[in-house]
Amino acid sequence: MDWLRAWMMPPQGSEFAKEIDFIYMALFWLCTVLFFMIAIPSVYFAWRYRYKPGRVTPHQTHNTTLEVLWSVGPLILCVGIFFWGLNGWMKYAVAPGEAMEISVTAKQWLWQFEYPDGSRTINDIHVPINKPVKFTMTSEDVLHDFFVPDMRVKHDIIPGRYTQVWFTPNVLGAHVFTCAEYCGKDHSGMHGTLTVDNDADFAKWMETGGTEWEDYFNGKDPKKTPADWGKITFERVGCNSCHTVDGSKSKGPSWKGVYGSMVELNNGTSVLADEAYIRESMMSPQAKVVKGFDPIMPTFQGLLKPNQANGLVAYIESLK
Amino acid sequence: MEPVVTSGARIGDRPRPKKNYLNETKGIWSWMTTVDHKRIGIMYLVGTLIAFLLGGIFALLVRLTLLTPAHKLFGLQVTAETYNRFFTLHGAIMVFLFIIPSIPGSLTNFVLPLMLGAKDVAFPKLNLASFYLWIVGAVMAIASMIIGAVDTGWTFYTPYSTTTSGTVTLMTAAVFVLGFSSIFTGLNFIATVHKLRAPGMGWFDMPLFVWGMYSTAVIQVLATPVLGITLVLLMLERVFQIGIFDSRIGGDPVLFQHFFWFYSHPAVYIMILPGMAIISELIPTFSRKTIFGYRAIAYSSISLALVSFIVWGHHMFVAGQSQLATVVFSALTFLVAIPSGVKVFNWLCTMYQGNISLETPMLYAISFLMLFAIGGLTGIFLGTLSTDVHLTDTYFVVAHFHYVMMGSTVTAFIGGLYYWWPKMTGRMYSEKWGRVTAVIWFIGFNATFLPQFILGSRGMPRRYYNYLDQFQPLHAFSTVGSWIIGLSLFMSAAVLLASLRKPADAPDNPWGGTTLEWETSSPPITHNFEDQPVLEHEPYDYRPKAVTH
Repeated sequence: MDWLRAWMMPPQGSEFAKEIDFIYMALFWLCTVLFFMIAIPSVYFAWRYRYKPGRVTPHQTHNTTLEVLWSVGPLILCVGIFFWGLNGWMKYAVAPGEAMEISVTAKQWLWQFEYPDGSRTINDIHVPINKPVKFTMTSEDVLHDFFVPDMRVKHDIIPGRYTQVWFTPNVLGAHVFTCAEYCGKDHSGMHGTLTVDNDADFAKWMETGGTEWEDYFNGKDPKKTPADWGKITFERVGCNSCHTVDGSKSKGPSWKGVYGSMVELNNGTSVLADEAYIRESMMSPQAKVVKGFDPIMPTFQGLLKPNQANGLVAYIESLK
Repeated sequence: MEPVVTSGARIGDRPRPKKNYLNETKGIWSWMTTVDHKRIGIMYLVGTLIAFLLGGIFALLVRLTLLTPAHKLFGLQVTAETYNRFFTLHGAIMVFLFIIPSIPGSLTNFVLPLMLGAKDVAFPKLNLASFYLWIVGAVMAIASMIIGAVDTGWTFYTPYSTTTSGTVTLMTAAVFVLGFSSIFTGLNFIATVHKLRAPGMGWFDMPLFVWGMYSTAVIQVLATPVLGITLVLLMLERVFQIGIFDSRIGGDPVLFQHFFWFYSHPAVYIMILPGMAIISELIPTFSRKTIFGYRAIAYSSISLALVSFIVWGHHMFVAGQSQLATVVFSALTFLVAIPSGVKVFNWLCTMYQGNISLETPMLYAISFLMLFAIGGLTGIFLGTLSTDVHLTDTYFVVAHFHYVMMGSTVTAFIGGLYYWWPKMTGRMYSEKWGRVTAVIWFIGFNATFLPQFILGSRGMPRRYYNYLDQFQPLHAFSTVGSWIIGLSLFMSAAVLLASLRKPADAPDNPWGGTTLEWETSSPPITHNFEDQPVLEHEPYDYRPKAVTH
């Protein structure tokens, strides 16, 4: 009967999915039997006791024993099913402490993911096989719902609150995740891919910070240049909290027109703002501080992936 | 002309009165100002059936849009926004304008005072006011569709509903007004049942239809005000940004869901209890046997009404309510299974050793038994916590509640309409074609909604405009099923309307029913009975002496 399960349920991506499917199939067979216990008598009686003129029917008003039996019997069955369901649900409800945590921000109509090391992706997650992963989720606008059919988990995402979902994937490859709470126009377009990697592939993926950036460096799409990737990074990493790109003053110097200019430093010297200077300012910001600004910038050594640094350099260069 | 099938019927043993409630007074004004429960019932019937047609058209549009992933409708491209409006209007019209008011407003309004041996409901003017409020609400709802757009789904979940553009406020106000219409009807029935029973009719001598509608009325009166308050808060939130449901201004979106389902779960029983009430009449009548377990069925109606108030949280297992609440609501939800099962088993035992004829209403009643069984049993998957996590918010839920709302309630409604049609109009319809509609209905319904269980368990979320290619065959199957349903309903309309073209031919008691509405003429006189009827036997007494009294 495995074909029936495979027809009715999505592929199984975890041990938990197998447990859920087992309960599902058990309920399916139970309910099939109960359905025929109702359907067969209703058809059989209609045929067996079909109308004959003048036949007198017995005056059976009630039977207390029967009433008690068909009240208590289903009640016992229901209590059993409730506890079975509770048992599976407890596993879903409580994430193990060692689970890797991925932050999820949902908004109309895309998914943002942030890994423990600060790297971020959109609509694309990679996770290691056989390790528990916990998603801590919030919404920027309306209700959404993170639904991973292959893992048999979902939970609503609520603005102003954090909710959680976790699973331990044990099947390599791509799985769909999708939004299951109606959120407006592109509700049905709000989906992405969860890729389960082996440990080596996952480590490599983490090192390069996802795969989203690759499109910006292969030159195939004229609308996706390294400078565009730099602009995305500027916002995601938070450069924009201290730097502007329109020449106005903020906590840090504006990036507009910086590239290739001579910059006055607070020690009285000047330096040409070339690529080497800009890279040094990201990784060791205290080495050369621009005149008129406080030395408050933290280092981004280890936080910026190579592709992000490359993108930022290209972006600053484009702001001439 | 079709011969009248009157197996076991008692052809009217007295001459048909010349004047009845239909022809005693004439003109549109006599209808608009009437306080006769029978005329108000007829007006409610016409109104709710027009709403059913409108909601049905939107249902067909939803299914047509989903026929292929290209979303073409007669060559026109349907956008996601348009699709979202389709399913919102389908849901809102069907729930608030059709299912909730239909059986109470139309069939019950007509039949309940007759069954009690009363001249009218307790408050005839309030009854008319209820109908006019329904009209006002319906006009407001339709206006909100015409002058703008509503795309929130019938559930109006915040914060989407408080931030989206469109005429959500007007639609919400329409539902608020419709709520009062429902409360007035419920109040009227409670008072009628308490005060206007015929001499000799104790509580346990009432037909089970009355028990079911009494339970419904209790929910209407107790639960609907909560919906009213919730919708007022929603309107205030939209207009004045007061911060009850929108987290950006200090509110809580989950609170809205609690408020909403605190009404809307009991509302499910406002929809299904009338269906069960009708079935409790059809099965003993066409089995010509006394109802089995009268008190068990009566008590199960009351207990369903009570349990309906404490299970609303099962709509919110993954919505962010507390985990303890989720566990408690799951446990309580299983209680619903007990009284539902009790009813079904008692109905089956009523058929056992009966003398069963399969006229049109009985075919609908047997369809009800099977469709309600599927609707109820699939509820187990959703009440069970661990399987609900996977199935909630998918097509599995859509299929489940359509089996209950439509497969059960609407099936019972159509069956009831065929059952009381001779009493209401004085005309018999074509029995042969009536039976054909029942068979087509059963086939079409299952063709439409059985595939949706599979779609859901395979991970197709509800309210989706786009879907993965792998789901296309099942969607196409379901869409073809919706056309079969449409065909059946269209044929039912034709069968019933065709009967109006011939002179009145219905006997007073075409089916051999034992309840009081069959004691009066078809159609009844304006004051229902020539003399005050007195109850001479318990309901559903099919012993020979009772039939020949």
